[in-house]
Amino acid sequence: MVQYEKYPPHDRPHSDVEDIKRNSKYLRGSLEETLRDPITGSIPEDDNRLMKHHGSYMQDDRDLRNERKKQKLEPAYQFMLRVRASGGIVTPAQWLMMDDIAHKYGNGTIRLTTRQSFQLHGVLKWNLKNTIREVNDALLSTLAACGDVNRNVMCNTNPDQSAVHAQVYDWACKVSTHLDPRTRAYHEIWLDEEKIIDSRELEAEQEPIYGAVYLPRKFKIGIAVPPSNDVDVFSQDLGFIAIVENGTLVGFNVAVGGGMGMTHGDTATYPQVSKVIGFITPDQMIDVAEKVVTIQRDYGDRAVRKHARFKYTIDDRGLDWLVSELHERLGWQLQEARPYQFDHNGDRYGWVKGSNGKWLFTLFVQNGRIVDLDDYKLMTGLREIAKVHTGDFRLTPNQNLIIGDVSSQKKKKIESLIAQYGLTDGAHYSALRRNSMACVSLPTCGMAMAEAERYLPTLIDKLELELDQAGLRNEDIVVRMTGCPNGCARPMLAELSFIGKGPGKYNMYLGGGFDGSRLNKLYRENIGEEEILSSLKPIFQRYATERTDGEHFGDFVIRAGYVEAVHDGRQFHA
Amino acid sequence: MEFQATNSPFTGEQAELLNRLLPGLTETQRIWLSGYLTASLHTGAIAAAPTVASSAAVAEPAAPVADVPKDVTVLFGSQTGNAQGLAKKLAQQLTAQGFDVTLSSMGDYKTNNLKKVHNLFVLASTQGEGDPPDNAIPFYEFLHSKRAPQLAETKFAVLGLGDTSYEFFCQTGKDFDKRLEELGAERIVPRADCDVDFEEQAGEWIGQVLSALGEASAAASVAASPTATASVNEEASPYSRTNPFPAEVLENLNLNGRGSDQETRHVELSLEGSGLSYEPGDSLGVYPQNHPQLVEDILQATGWNGDETITLNKNGDTASVRDALLHHYEITVLTKPLLEKVAGLADHEQLDALLEEGRAQDLRAYLQGRDLLDLIQDYGLGSIPADELLSLLRKIPARLYSISSSFKASPDEVHLTVRKVAYEQHGRQRYGVCSVHLAERLEAGDTLPVYIQHNDNFKLPQDASTPIIMIGPGTGVAPFRSFIAEREETGAEGKSWLFFGDRRFATDFLYQTEWQRWLKDGVLTRMDVAFSRDSDKKVYVQHRMLERSRELYEWIQEGAVLYVCGDEKHMANDVHLTLEQILIQEGKLSQEAAAEYLSTMLQQKRYQRDVY
Repeated sequence: MVQYEKYPPHDRPHSDVEDIKRNSKYLRGSLEETLRDPITGSIPEDDNRLMKHHGSYMQDDRDLRNERKKQKLEPAYQFMLRVRASGGIVTPAQWLMMDDIAHKYGNGTIRLTTRQSFQLHGVLKWNLKNTIREVNDALLSTLAACGDVNRNVMCNTNPDQSAVHAQVYDWACKVSTHLDPRTRAYHEIWLDEEKIIDSRELEAEQEPIYGAVYLPRKFKIGIAVPPSNDVDVFSQDLGFIAIVENGTLVGFNVAVGGGMGMTHGDTATYPQVSKVIGFITPDQMIDVAEKVVTIQRDYGDRAVRKHARFKYTIDDRGLDWLVSELHERLGWQLQEARPYQFDHNGDRYGWVKGSNGKWLFTLFVQNGRIVDLDDYKLMTGLREIAKVHTGDFRLTPNQNLIIGDVSSQKKKKIESLIAQYGLTDGAHYSALRRNSMACVSLPTCGMAMAEAERYLPTLIDKLELELDQAGLRNEDIVVRMTGCPNGCARPMLAELSFIGKGPGKYNMYLGGGFDGSRLNKLYRENIGEEEILSSLKPIFQRYATERTDGEHFGDFVIRAGYVEAVHDGRQFHA
Repeated sequence: MEFQATNSPFTGEQAELLNRLLPGLTETQRIWLSGYLTASLHTGAIAAAPTVASSAAVAEPAAPVADVPKDVTVLFGSQTGNAQGLAKKLAQQLTAQGFDVTLSSMGDYKTNNLKKVHNLFVLASTQGEGDPPDNAIPFYEFLHSKRAPQLAETKFAVLGLGDTSYEFFCQTGKDFDKRLEELGAERIVPRADCDVDFEEQAGEWIGQVLSALGEASAAASVAASPTATASVNEEASPYSRTNPFPAEVLENLNLNGRGSDQETRHVELSLEGSGLSYEPGDSLGVYPQNHPQLVEDILQATGWNGDETITLNKNGDTASVRDALLHHYEITVLTKPLLEKVAGLADHEQLDALLEEGRAQDLRAYLQGRDLLDLIQDYGLGSIPADELLSLLRKIPARLYSISSSFKASPDEVHLTVRKVAYEQHGRQRYGVCSVHLAERLEAGDTLPVYIQHNDNFKLPQDASTPIIMIGPGTGVAPFRSFIAEREETGAEGKSWLFFGDRRFATDFLYQTEWQRWLKDGVLTRMDVAFSRDSDKKVYVQHRMLERSRELYEWIQEGAVLYVCGDEKHMANDVHLTLEQILIQEGKLSQEAAAEYLSTMLQQKRYQRDVY
């Protein structure tokens, strides 16, 4: 087998971010000072890079950027704060804390993310410390919610199979904890833990898994329980697919090398779906996760960040190399993968009774935004529910929310609150809207090239007219939109997707798998709304008349020849 | 005595006028008139009838002076430069008459020379609550102390500058006048108490001084031609306070970000072709327009015809009533003299009652925050013809703003930083005349009448390596933008430290990106900020100063010059007390020694203030 050098490449300099991490004294940098600098609401870029590992990064209100520049004011700097919870499960008390800090320190809204985390937007530098302290007081954390580390571990929300879900969720938490950064920097900076001054002590706190420069890039883990692929397990760097036999969790298939991000115009970058490489028993999970992470740590590209994700590490060397490297590090071999079957990657709404007799209500949350509107007091309704609720809240990977673990006695009370505030399971919406996701994009995201969250609902209004005409209102079609090609809403896996190219302009992709197993493909480049509608109209009409029984939209567009099927990211641009 | 053509040298018409005038004069007015006539007899010329009825001079009749010693000392206590300009003018005239003139700021004057002075002329303005200007304080205190010498050999006269809309109108001038008399000096010209439109009255006073000193010819020309004395700042430019330059607006923008509850205008004006220039620390005088809505409301309340033409002044200039209200008269401030004159026209019982002795408190309460429309509505003045009522009003005064640009860095431009004032009072929306004009009715391409008001009391140190400490919250930061731009342009190497404060960091950090750049480039050494509404604790600049007391003290020890600009009542006093506290705390000084230290700093111009 070919031997590869560690910490590649050696013939080119590592990226500036590598230097920043290496010199950061385990993620400390000069954050203490720059957070205090009273002249600016910003922090320097170097510290912002480190800040990500603490679960936050700097943004500015791009709607105001030009206006403020004229006014001789710096951009309206603010911080996005990401609060993670493995598998997206939080208590009612934690929900109330989030609601409270969103009003006290954020912009008065909460964003549920596609990785089952919370995002607060609009937190000012001066309020970061209090905000993070209150998050930790409520036993949640922002540590490693962003940055070149393992991110929030995703887990299927599985409303039906309560027992299996409980077990899988438990493993998700264990993996997450095992891969948490060990640096005390977070506790020193935000939680006033006594500082480590002695350099030998600093050495002693070394990151046993990550090392002093952490990973070359972010790393994502998700656990799916078939037939639901809500976590989009094939988009993860490392995916686990639960294998349940006779109602019992027997283990997981292991999938490696998924990832969404790419760069417009650079075909060396592409989205990729992960490949299943074998089966493990539950007790082997932590060992596998750690070893896979260390392989990426040692072999990921540290020169070019957009080529640093695990998918490129594998594709550059081949899956066989990965498997044998893993086996060598484990000291044992994976078993042969077990059969599994995914049906869908979307959520199922409304009330469901779990096998443990508890009830769960899946609420449709448009684009994950928890906000009070004039005619829809979602945020207030959820706050009132949290005050009486004794179960849990579950953030779904599709940015929706489950009011979970509701006892039969409590169900009436919750139902009445749902009715009082008109909280919706989305039943009166089109199936397209119920299966829609958009990233945050403008005005806060620095990478956004076009609108997403603020625009997709309007575009769907218009698409619905076409769907109504074609009689497709109740046909589940997965539609996703992002403001840039980094893929936060996992658009490359949707049956229909839009990726921002410039103001009002999108690349339109077709043909993703309804079960989240197949990538989509570019159909139209750089088009505006008018062209989106005019090019989709005939496709919808043909789908309505020509589809076979149960044929999904993503499958139809391939059969009808609109696009080719993409089973491997290396064919995405082909 | 009843004058008649037969028992006096007057014609019948003159006698009748005198008979109407004299019985109504107060004691003070008669004394003043007597002195005035005596003096003018000596000069052989009488100026156009002086309009100084408001000047409440208490004076012995001035005796004509025969052989006056030729030494003259002219002292001024000036905050914005008006008193200084007038003093300079007087000194020039006296020098031209062959006098040996010493012209000095009170702050620079060596008080042990005072007893040798034969002729002393004092020109002083009054601040806020009747206080002397900063740099006049030590001299003022000296003169009022036991150490002040007897001045029996000294002849003197005082000119005060003030604003009749303030309770302690011309108080500093009055104090000097009274004190010099107490010290045995001889008043040779009655004191002049000048209102904001001071040119004419000041010109007359200068004329009286010159004539009282026995040099008639020049005095007559000065007294008769106010314009000759009015332009106190003219240099190469033909433009001045009385002949403002119509400056074109280059830019007019709001410095406060969206969501702020304040509005601060940054206005850039072109001085191209004016010949005007300025130094950091100088001010710009701006003649604003009154609010059109207020003018319309007055027209409606009175029923006046806005298009009717009226005469504006003695020169016979005319304008429509509407234009006169918009451009020529002050209609937003009420003063006691105005009410007295109106009462003479109106015959309104309640108005008369308000002006009775012993009702000073009520009068003050009424004047506070009310304008001409209130006066018209409250006392039913609608029946008074427009020209009669308007002729009682003061001319609209120019507003002075500390210039926020450096002439060297932005040649031919002048920048202003003006906060919009708008509030509700007495049941009606009120507007700051100039700030709202700038904020709401002035666009790029429009012009604004302006002039430069030099201010020698707020200047960067001569030595460019001297450290400076600048304390300027709110729009008080304006001159410091000028200072730093100047120091950048001239490559000055002295350290600089700015304290700035306002309400909210996110929206109210005036000129934030410029300070950031100057900090990055090292032109500005340090900056501390206080935002009072960002937290529960109301943090102001003085709190930041106290937090940095050790370093501040070190800077002061290194010879730093301290500058304070902005609100006097709420800020400058607190800052002053904080400086005292820092000296006590870090310098281990006693309370008195700290006060003395600051007083000395003021005198040495190491502590300069531009407060309002």
